[in-house]
Amino acid sequence: MAKSENELTWKDLEIGCIIEAPGSARRYESGTWRSQRPTYDFTKCIKCGLCALYCPEGCIEQNKDGYFEADMYYCKGCGICARECWTRVITMVEEVE
Amino acid sequence: MVTRVGVEVSIALADAVKLANPDVVAAYPITPQTHIVEHLAELVANGELDAEYIPVESEHSAMSACLGSAAAGARTFTATASQGLALMNEVVYVAPPMRLPIVMAVANRSLSAPLSIWPDHSDMMSVRDTGWIQIIVENGQQAVDNTIIAFRIAEDQKVLLPVMVHLDGFTLTHVIEPIIFPTQETVDKYLPKIRFPLPLNPDRPVAMGEFAPPFIFTETKWAQEVALNNSKKVILKAWDEFAKVFGRKYLPVEKYHSEGAKVLILTMGSSGETASVAIDELRKEGMDVGQISLRLWRPFPFQELREAVKDADVLIVMDRAISFGGPGGPLASEVKAALYNQAKRPKVVNFVISLGGRDTTVSGFKDIINKGINIAAKGSKNEYEIYGVRE
Repeated sequence: MAKSENELTWKDLEIGCIIEAPGSARRYESGTWRSQRPTYDFTKCIKCGLCALYCPEGCIEQNKDGYFEADMYYCKGCGICARECWTRVITMVEEVE
Repeated sequence: MVTRVGVEVSIALADAVKLANPDVVAAYPITPQTHIVEHLAELVANGELDAEYIPVESEHSAMSACLGSAAAGARTFTATASQGLALMNEVVYVAPPMRLPIVMAVANRSLSAPLSIWPDHSDMMSVRDTGWIQIIVENGQQAVDNTIIAFRIAEDQKVLLPVMVHLDGFTLTHVIEPIIFPTQETVDKYLPKIRFPLPLNPDRPVAMGEFAPPFIFTETKWAQEVALNNSKKVILKAWDEFAKVFGRKYLPVEKYHSEGAKVLILTMGSSGETASVAIDELRKEGMDVGQISLRLWRPFPFQELREAVKDADVLIVMDRAISFGGPGGPLASEVKAALYNQAKRPKVVNFVISLGGRDTTVSGFKDIINKGINIAAKGSKNEYEIYGVRE
């Protein structure tokens, strides 16, 4: 990937906007859409993984300690994880730059 | 040795498609396009045309099938009219940005309501901003020729855009005209099969029609605009080379006694030939009047139009559609926009004529020209006039 998203011009597009290599959607930073972000109190977490199951973005994975945490590159801040969490681990707070 | 054959124009157009040797025809019948696709279905069923004929359940499906077919690199044809074009509208928009070279004949017919099966240009104007190349013809021979030419333009690697060939319903589709058919050998030579550069292919997967987030959508639209504007060079070349091989020459703006004439009439489609007879009669009576007719609606031939009207004082524009609550006819609206910033420009007078199949006769055109000259001299409080409307 030579150019960043904001450097691409119309001339960089393949004919008909065809995508030749897989994985282009993975590069797209949907995290910029966020107006709220999840915060965690992992002392309450039972590692059930329901938040990851419910996450519509599929961006929640276990971290190195086994707790489930959203990848903020993709997290859109919808708050579904916070709503579904049995043990109230997750609190949504206002996103600040 | 040139042979003319008396044949219904719809059948002739279908035979022209056969000469172009398409791989796929996906279509749904609708008046007045029906005979075109019926004849193609017959040719395929009889084994005279080696193509896949997909009898779809609607026009939306017809164009969807065409997208897939063209994306796979197949030479693809469809045809429709009026409500059918309206129903496929969503998919009509998809073909140009995906750069899929589909050829579609549109048997121009009015849009409901009230229901009318007769011709005007309301359907063709409804797809004006879809990004297709739009060619409009005046007679059967032009329909046959431009159907063949359309494949050449669409599939050119510098173009790769879909092309509509518009012919007025009934007035052209259902009349028998003397047609000169080119031979298969000459068409094969004029129309080599060029494959889509990145077709759907399991051995080399690609993703088409992808999602474009805000960071790139604007660039995709500019790429589409550049492609459509650049297609004009190829269109002109395709017409030039057609003339060299087949002896019939097409231009974006056709001229009839227009050089130096102070009063010009601008027509589009089949009514142009009736208007030409009116021009002949008025010139015989000593009037300094000429005609131009538009062959290429998209990309709009700004330069050729400006050149064609540069010496005129009055330009009377005939529309067969209305932009309701707007400036009148879409053609006059474009013409006015094209001329507004010119230092010298004719006065533009707009008549809407022949809606829903009402005939405008030779005497009608003579009347329109005289009225137009009068309006140009005295002015009018109206943006346009519907000729012959009973008030």
